[in-house]
Amino acid sequence: MSLNLKANIIRPDDFYQELIDMQRDMSEDDVQLMNAKLILVLANHIGDQETLSEAMIVARG
Amino acid sequence: MLNTYTWPEYDYVQSEDQKNTATIKRHPVIVIGAGLIGLSAALDCAKRGIPVIVMDDNNTVSIGSRAVCYAKRPLEIWDRLGVADKMVEKGISWKLGKVFFKEDLAYEFDLLPEEGHKMPAITNLQQYYCEEYLVEEVLKHSDLIDLRWKHKIISLTQHDDYTALQVETPDGVFTMESDWVIACDGANSNVRDMVHASFTGQFFQDRFLIADVVMKADFPTERWFWFDPLFHKNQSALLHKQSDDVWRLDFQMGWDVDPKEATKPENVIPMIQAMLGQGTEFELEWVSIYQFACRRIDNFRYGRILFAGDAAHQVSPFGARGANTGIQDIDNLIWKLKLVMDGKAPDSLIDSYDEERAFAADDNLLNSTRSTDFITPKNRASRYFRDAVLELSKKYDFARPLVNSGRLSTPTPYVNSPLNTVDEDVFAGTMHPGTNCIDAPIVRDGEDGWLLNQLGDGFTLLVFGDKPGKFKISSGEISADVITVGDDFEDSQGLLTKRYDGEKGAVYLIRPDAHVTARWRTFDENKIIAALARATGQE
Repeated sequence: MSLNLKANIIRPDDFYQELIDMQRDMSEDDVQLMNAKLILVLANHIGDQETLSEAMIVARG
Repeated sequence: MLNTYTWPEYDYVQSEDQKNTATIKRHPVIVIGAGLIGLSAALDCAKRGIPVIVMDDNNTVSIGSRAVCYAKRPLEIWDRLGVADKMVEKGISWKLGKVFFKEDLAYEFDLLPEEGHKMPAITNLQQYYCEEYLVEEVLKHSDLIDLRWKHKIISLTQHDDYTALQVETPDGVFTMESDWVIACDGANSNVRDMVHASFTGQFFQDRFLIADVVMKADFPTERWFWFDPLFHKNQSALLHKQSDDVWRLDFQMGWDVDPKEATKPENVIPMIQAMLGQGTEFELEWVSIYQFACRRIDNFRYGRILFAGDAAHQVSPFGARGANTGIQDIDNLIWKLKLVMDGKAPDSLIDSYDEERAFAADDNLLNSTRSTDFITPKNRASRYFRDAVLELSKKYDFARPLVNSGRLSTPTPYVNSPLNTVDEDVFAGTMHPGTNCIDAPIVRDGEDGWLLNQLGDGFTLLVFGDKPGKFKISSGEISADVITVGDDFEDSQGLLTKRYDGEKGAVYLIRPDAHVTARWRTFDENKIIAALARATGQE
């Protein structure tokens, strides 16, 4: 598996807070749109189809 | 409504078959349907020396403008059949497009067509012009093509080696017989129903309104596509130029719209006015509403009845895949039919028509379904993703390839075809076995020309490097004509050698439909004979 599922974020609390804070006052609609954009931006950064497929399967649960 | 075009009315003539019903004459090939695909089939038959009857239940060309965009490959096929120049001259070639999202321009694109091809990447033309030019060409071949208007098939009976057809004309009903039948009678094919073929796939719960308008407005010759524009909220819209100052407008309408109400001028005109801007003068030429499906027939061959075009596969209009892929069906079929009819190849060669063209149809259906899923998201989540792509595309290059307002039709290589000989040598580039030949400029006897026009009606052996000592290579009764680059013609710009990776020497075996079927680095007659046998089902 090329997808990294080990902890990889150096300051996890900082990242999580930044994400939550950014969406705190947004409407539900804007949040959904932002999340969709975020997935697309990150997916493009990863690029590799196999890794993306693995990530999608992990997320689906 | 205004007409920029006068529909020709072709004369119905009672046939000899119907006058002399005492003896039923068996014909070699009957084509059913005189649309783009049926007329092309007739021309290809004539080109290969097959006498053919074409029958249509109507007596004019396509009413309303249906197909609009013609891609390079079908234009190349029509060039082989002698009709492309007229279409390209009358048509509108374009390469620039704009994508809008809500009130903003999201981005512009340039198709950047590769230089050094005879045919343009894409040409827009009303379907009635294409059909008219095809009819004109058909009439020049009246020695081989018998075009019969107002002939409607009402039933058929399949026998082992022929089909009996009950045909209705203004003079009544009579019987015809034919060794082979090519059904080009469109998406609602009666012939398909008569053989009880299944025609399944996906229906889309959406409707689109097409309007062809005449306007002299100063819009550029570009394809404009809107997602969720202010003038047509939550839907999509398209603007595309055709010939004679006619523009194709396409509005997504949703599933609940009442087709009768929506197509009334009092409802259509304000919608168009909002799109084009107040003050833009236009007149309606054609309005219709449609819903679409992506589906195909379970087998392109039912014994001696062969299906082509929309009768075999129906796609969404996004990406212009209907007519474009139908013409390629014909290109694939007729040379095979000719070899089988002449007893030079076994009947099983015709089965490869289904294998290759069903494969292409599935590729088209996949592309078409993907475009549809992008344009009309099926749930809230996919709508957010669609909008996210469009928002991001305004600022970031990476998102633009994700925008799918229709991927323009390109040929599907027959990568898994049993007719191919698998490469044993290494080649760079894209000309793998199963791929249609890319065109390239050449010079012959001091005159500029094109590679595709050098390929003959049969198989061709295209040689880069030393000229072989033979003009023909044969397997059974089937031959390939040898042509050598640098001897028969010059690769004046080096593009041909580059596109075919011919620098170190190369030998390409090319099918009558201009597809590569085998290639080697060196000339080896035994290998060529084996590949020729394979490509014609003789092994």
